Amino acid sequence: MSDDHAAHGDSHYVKIWAYLLVFLIISFVGPMLEIQWLTLVTAFGIAGIKAYLVVVNFMHINAAPRFVTYAVTTTLVFMLLFFAGAAPDVMQSSGTNWIKPAWIEAERAYEAGEVSGGGHGEAAGHGDEHGDGHEEAAGAHH
Amino acid sequence: MSRPIATTRSMAGIPTARLAVWWIIASEIAIFGGVLGSYLMHRLAHGIWADYAANTNEWLGLTNTFILLTSSLAAVLAHQAAERGDGKRAANLLYATCAGGLAFLCVKAYEWNYEISHGMTITSNTFWSFYYTAAGIHALHVIAGCILMLFVAQTAKRNEELHRVEIIGVYWHFVDVVWIFLFPLLYIAK
Amino acid sequence: MAESIPVGHGADHADHGDHGHHEMSFTEKYVFPLDHKMIAMQYMFTGMFMAIIGGFFAYVFRMQLAFPGIEVPGFGVVTPAAYNSLVTNHGTIMIFWVAMPVLIAAFGNYLIPLMIGADDMVFPKINRLSYQVFLVSAFVILGAFFVEGGAFGGAWTAYPPLSTKAEYNLSGLGSTMWITAVFLEFVAFLLGGINFITTAMNSRAPGMKMWDIPMVVWMIVIASILFMLSVGPLLAGGIMMIFDQNLGTAFFDPDRGGDPILWQHLFWFFGHPEVYVVLLPAVGIVADVITTFSRKKLFGYKTVLYTAIGTGVLSFTVWAHHQFIAGIDPRMANVFTVTTLLISVPIAEMLFVYIATLYGGSITLTTPMLWALAFIFEFLIGGVTGIFLGASGNDIFMHDTYFVLAHFHYTFYPIAIIGTFAGFTYWFPKMFGKMMNEGLGKLHFWLTILTFNGIFLPLFVLGAAGQHRRIYDFQNYPELAQPWMQDIRQFATICLCVMLGAQLIFFYNVIKSWMSGPASGKNPWRANTLEWTAASPPPHGNWPEGLPNVYRGPYEYSHPDREEDYWPQNEPA
Repeated sequence: MSDDHAAHGDSHYVKIWAYLLVFLIISFVGPMLEIQWLTLVTAFGIAGIKAYLVVVNFMHINAAPRFVTYAVTTTLVFMLLFFAGAAPDVMQSSGTNWIKPAWIEAERAYEAGEVSGGGHGEAAGHGDEHGDGHEEAAGAHH
Repeated sequence: MSRPIATTRSMAGIPTARLAVWWIIASEIAIFGGVLGSYLMHRLAHGIWADYAANTNEWLGLTNTFILLTSSLAAVLAHQAAERGDGKRAANLLYATCAGGLAFLCVKAYEWNYEISHGMTITSNTFWSFYYTAAGIHALHVIAGCILMLFVAQTAKRNEELHRVEIIGVYWHFVDVVWIFLFPLLYIAK
Repeated sequence: MAESIPVGHGADHADHGDHGHHEMSFTEKYVFPLDHKMIAMQYMFTGMFMAIIGGFFAYVFRMQLAFPGIEVPGFGVVTPAAYNSLVTNHGTIMIFWVAMPVLIAAFGNYLIPLMIGADDMVFPKINRLSYQVFLVSAFVILGAFFVEGGAFGGAWTAYPPLSTKAEYNLSGLGSTMWITAVFLEFVAFLLGGINFITTAMNSRAPGMKMWDIPMVVWMIVIASILFMLSVGPLLAGGIMMIFDQNLGTAFFDPDRGGDPILWQHLFWFFGHPEVYVVLLPAVGIVADVITTFSRKKLFGYKTVLYTAIGTGVLSFTVWAHHQFIAGIDPRMANVFTVTTLLISVPIAEMLFVYIATLYGGSITLTTPMLWALAFIFEFLIGGVTGIFLGASGNDIFMHDTYFVLAHFHYTFYPIAIIGTFAGFTYWFPKMFGKMMNEGLGKLHFWLTILTFNGIFLPLFVLGAAGQHRRIYDFQNYPELAQPWMQDIRQFATICLCVMLGAQLIFFYNVIKSWMSGPASGKNPWRANTLEWTAASPPPHGNWPEGLPNVYRGPYEYSHPDREEDYWPQNEPA
């Protein structure tokens, strides 16, 4: 991209907008096929593409000095770091000296098919097939 | 009062206001990163949450995405008009962007009203808590953006402070990008 | 309150440059100022006011610990609920309403434009807004003491469920006010921080390259960036906590599908970088003070800078060492142990650089220099005891004892108190145009330092003996009620009382020097950096005669080719 981003005519932006709409339709239709991996690809892959289009073409990140890109990327990396550090605990339903009663109950109910998607259930864990996964609760800390 | 000389310098090779808005965006990424990261941890751990997510209305989500993308187009066209020195057109396009924001909020209000009246409230379970919190924080950003945009349009109309049109535009696009990720996270991924 | 304290009187009426074309009213000048120096003074004096409150809290609960059940003079009998509120708010206030506003906001506002040769911050109105939001947050946290149920008493880390359930923390509205105040304070510093970063990046004087920026400016900017990148998750977490308290959501309630450890992660992901957010400005202040008073170039300018950046990056990877006994995944505890021990490397490197700077210099032991040297010495103790606690195996034994408490007071006290006094006494001539009384300054220094060690060194012993934190009355625990332990507690409390009393010397010194101290002139310390080329105190706009240019780095002391032992940055070669 150029530092003379003003040089594009308005038609350029309309074109980008049209691309965005096409991608929006794809991401919307994708999940209707009800194939899990395809849903993930269309939903999140396309969200990434759309975000890229907006950031580059509308926000003109390339026209700003390089450090702007680095700053934004660094923030994203730190958020990934947060996820990586917290997820191993938060995604468990029990651990050293603690359990999360509601999670374990919901997991059981979900596996038994008792819970539909309605509003009034407790949060549920989907059965951790690999068995070592538990959610957590500091509640039972001795 | 007039600006300090400090504001007019640009040692880093980027106008001060544009530099500042990028830093604001970086800090906003951390805010949304916190709430969406926490949401994702729960979402990935719970198969049942996909069933909850099925209760959201993806047609309304689709409409809102369309509205925000289109308002972003208006914002970037306003920036182009401002670059050409056409303050009048820039102001009008900003008003159009604002109207998009309003339409977004109206759809949101209808959607929340429907969901709450059908028993899916913020206290129903953790999924719905995250749903209302994440979308609510985003909606607050939409409201803030609209209000700021009205101020910017006011000055742009008089052909003053035209550089502000780009700044508010960049912020608005960021709000748009956040929604681009909220849409699959809350609506379509099942 | 603090905003009405008039400072920098005299030269502010100068008519110059782009602003100040009319005589400003009192309100415009002191209550709603746009001038960065006045906003800095507002932050400084609000911070000092809050420090007095935080210190008073410490006095009250230390008296309760040393002499359980007595009627504390100036407060009365301390109830368990009051004790909880006092320790909670002592921690919160000292970190968020003293260390942050004084070290970052006050010094940042005062020094950044002056040291980079600009006439003001880039966004004066946002700067003013930042202080106003901060002031509101201060009212909110203090206001919590006057609502029903009293102030929040769930510890400054606010772990759920203690913080989210009124039946546990016994303060319904108080706890919401606490988290609201913290939230507002963060918003204020985000506004201020973005201003600092943008100013330092964009508004430097012509000729001031990356390596010509004084270390304290670098440090405040890096600290602002760290703050900005780390505070987001906690802001999100704060909203979630407010919802948990008031709307009945269950983000942090394991009985209803939430997760209390999520809060701990959100909190410490910010909370640990926060240590470095307040540390780095103090490190920067010390760099400027020791180079000036040892008349030597900073040994390894880039080393300090790169280690600061390295510390910043590493500080994002260590947060869970606060949670070793919270039941986190033991494998993750290993990772966090390694990163925690690693982060001592860059910090040690900085201290070595400072010692190398001192080596062979012609040292003058002025009051600011004494404070700077004390910072190096005392922070060293804090850092070394941190290594004990960083190892997860040891931490399981030490966790939540007074050993931890003494450790972090040995880090925060040098940062927030010693670092601030070093900076304040060093820049006092610039801020007020008067010299401080050296005799009183040194008396204050020695009394403060000796009593500080008198308070916290014994607490290491108590902590290693198993004395737990956040206990209202140790007499209820026979193994902690032994006479020798109570003697130590009383000794620490007496030291605290002497230390608090010693601060009266400081305030007397400030007021007396300000009123009748000898005039300082522009550059009393014969220092190089740009602020010393402006009038003392600098007028609105800083250099009415024209902004300076920069020709060299900030630490060119004792250059062999020059007759004078300093070489101001703005002097053409």
